[in-house]
Amino acid sequence: MLQSFKLAIKSIRSNKMRSFLTMLGIIIGVASVIILVSLVNAYMSYMTESFASLGTNQINVNVTNLSSRSVSADDMYQFYEENTDLFDNMTPMVQVGTTVKHGSDTMSATGVSGVSEEYLDIKAFDLAQGRNIQYSDIVSRQKVCVIGYYVASELYGSPQQALDEILKIGGYAFRIVGVAERQDEEDMDDGGTDDFVWIPYSCAVKMSRNANINNYVFTITDLSEASRASEAIEDFLYETFKNDDLYRVTAMSEMLDSLNSMIAMVSAGLGGIAGISLLVAGVGVMNIMLVSVTERTREIGIRKALGAKKGVILQQFVIEAAVQSALGGILGILLGSVATEAVGALAGLSATPTPGAILISFSVSVAIGLFFGYAPARRAASLNPIDALRSE
Amino acid sequence: MAEPLIELRHIYKIYKMGDEEVRANDDISLSVERGEFVAIVGKSGSGKSTLMNIIGALDVATSGEYILGGEDVGEMSDDQLAEIRNKMIGFVFQQYNLLPKLDLLENVELPLLYAGVSAAERKERALEALRRVGLEEKWKNLPNQLSGGQQQRVSIARALAGSPSLILADEPTGALDSRTSREVLDFFKKLNEEGNTIIIITHDNSIALEARRVVRIHDGKINFDGDVKDYAAIL
Repeated sequence: MLQSFKLAIKSIRSNKMRSFLTMLGIIIGVASVIILVSLVNAYMSYMTESFASLGTNQINVNVTNLSSRSVSADDMYQFYEENTDLFDNMTPMVQVGTTVKHGSDTMSATGVSGVSEEYLDIKAFDLAQGRNIQYSDIVSRQKVCVIGYYVASELYGSPQQALDEILKIGGYAFRIVGVAERQDEEDMDDGGTDDFVWIPYSCAVKMSRNANINNYVFTITDLSEASRASEAIEDFLYETFKNDDLYRVTAMSEMLDSLNSMIAMVSAGLGGIAGISLLVAGVGVMNIMLVSVTERTREIGIRKALGAKKGVILQQFVIEAAVQSALGGILGILLGSVATEAVGALAGLSATPTPGAILISFSVSVAIGLFFGYAPARRAASLNPIDALRSE
Repeated sequence: MAEPLIELRHIYKIYKMGDEEVRANDDISLSVERGEFVAIVGKSGSGKSTLMNIIGALDVATSGEYILGGEDVGEMSDDQLAEIRNKMIGFVFQQYNLLPKLDLLENVELPLLYAGVSAAERKERALEALRRVGLEEKWKNLPNQLSGGQQQRVSIARALAGSPSLILADEPTGALDSRTSREVLDFFKKLNEEGNTIIIITHDNSIALEARRVVRIHDGKINFDGDVKDYAAIL
């Protein structure tokens, strides 16, 4: 056995060019499997992260209130309070389509949302200055607001300077009671995470001249209960609307799941394509091994004349094919790892070769060597020593 | 009387060439005692190579019985034949048949390797065999760094390494000039005097005359079998 390994390495070394070309197929195959799978994985975790920052624990509810059938904010609050085992927080969400002004400065892209005091917790933001919107502000429709870091620095220069200043929202004067901490450390821009104004939803309802609230945001206590929580909301809404076209319940975690399964499918597809190149490499190994057997017919004849049994010759050639494929596999892993890091760095992803991809591609390459090396090896083993000795 | 080393009884080897039957060996019976030095002589196409393949357990006869060292070779499988070749026979070929990528020591070790001898003992016995042919100092060389005569001596060392019962040489001087041929033949004589059984296959009567017994094959049949002196007389 050990002898066969030595022989195999000797034979590979004495045919460097041919061995290298054979291995090249496997090197490229293994490297491409690793690069593709690792990059897709890196992209997947990048996507997952950015989705998570949107709040995977959120369930968004959109209802279409009719004059005959409608759900009020009080109904929703009642439902929420009955189900605190499922839900952490809840807020109505009223978008106000208006611009934000301070003096002559206008912020046209800033989104103004009417929310409850729990929205700060839902977003998991902290305040840099001042206080949050309070329950009493909502009840008494106080014209107060919490603004994002970007709005504060654009209109007032800093959060400190913004505090207790007046902000004109749709013609009404709102007092700034709080400024949120900066969320996006890299860039702040129009429409970014730091560009927002929150006001009590009661004020927003009044400003939008629409008595009904159509959007709510829930957060769930347990991510694994996401579908149960969604169903609870749907059941509650169905009781009122008797028509599931009139409301829409969207769990962010479910969207993440479907995104993940989509990426997994893409990953498997790309891996499959790379796998085909491994298969082609295997055919290359078989071809070279067949050539090698033909070339070495005389050697096989001599070995058999001197007493080598079939099994010994078979073993010699199978091991030679396997060693060659394994060497190609190792080189492919090195190349694939380096290329993954390099491409990852270029694409701005933190891509590292996944152990799974390495393990699978390496074992596949060895298996290919064994599988495609076997037929030629069998041919070698069953050569007749007399014919083999006669060949030149 | 001890049983002969080689006992061939009514050996036939028949090849089918299309519809025609070719009797390469046609009822050959032959026995060789231990310690003999036999030349099997015949023209090309006479069937001597077929006979050599059968004696060397490289091939089995179509019919007939072949007992080598008390064992019936006729019924053996490929692997059993490989084992009997390994144990009983040292081959010396016209083209030396050394493996070009192995050094001399590794070449000589081959039969021992297939016999399952341990690495240390292999090296010792292979070096001893190389010493007997006077090439122990060149053990690290590759075959193509040697002259033809030297390569043939290496192949004799390889044949000796496994301490076989029979040394079977197929035209051992066919590729050598007359001076090195002389050396090789003298070496075979010496080996025979030391007690080794030797069979040389040749087409050349002058080489056959170096043996002690001559068997002549013609058209697949033995048409002379006797002492070398008697053979010299009929030439």
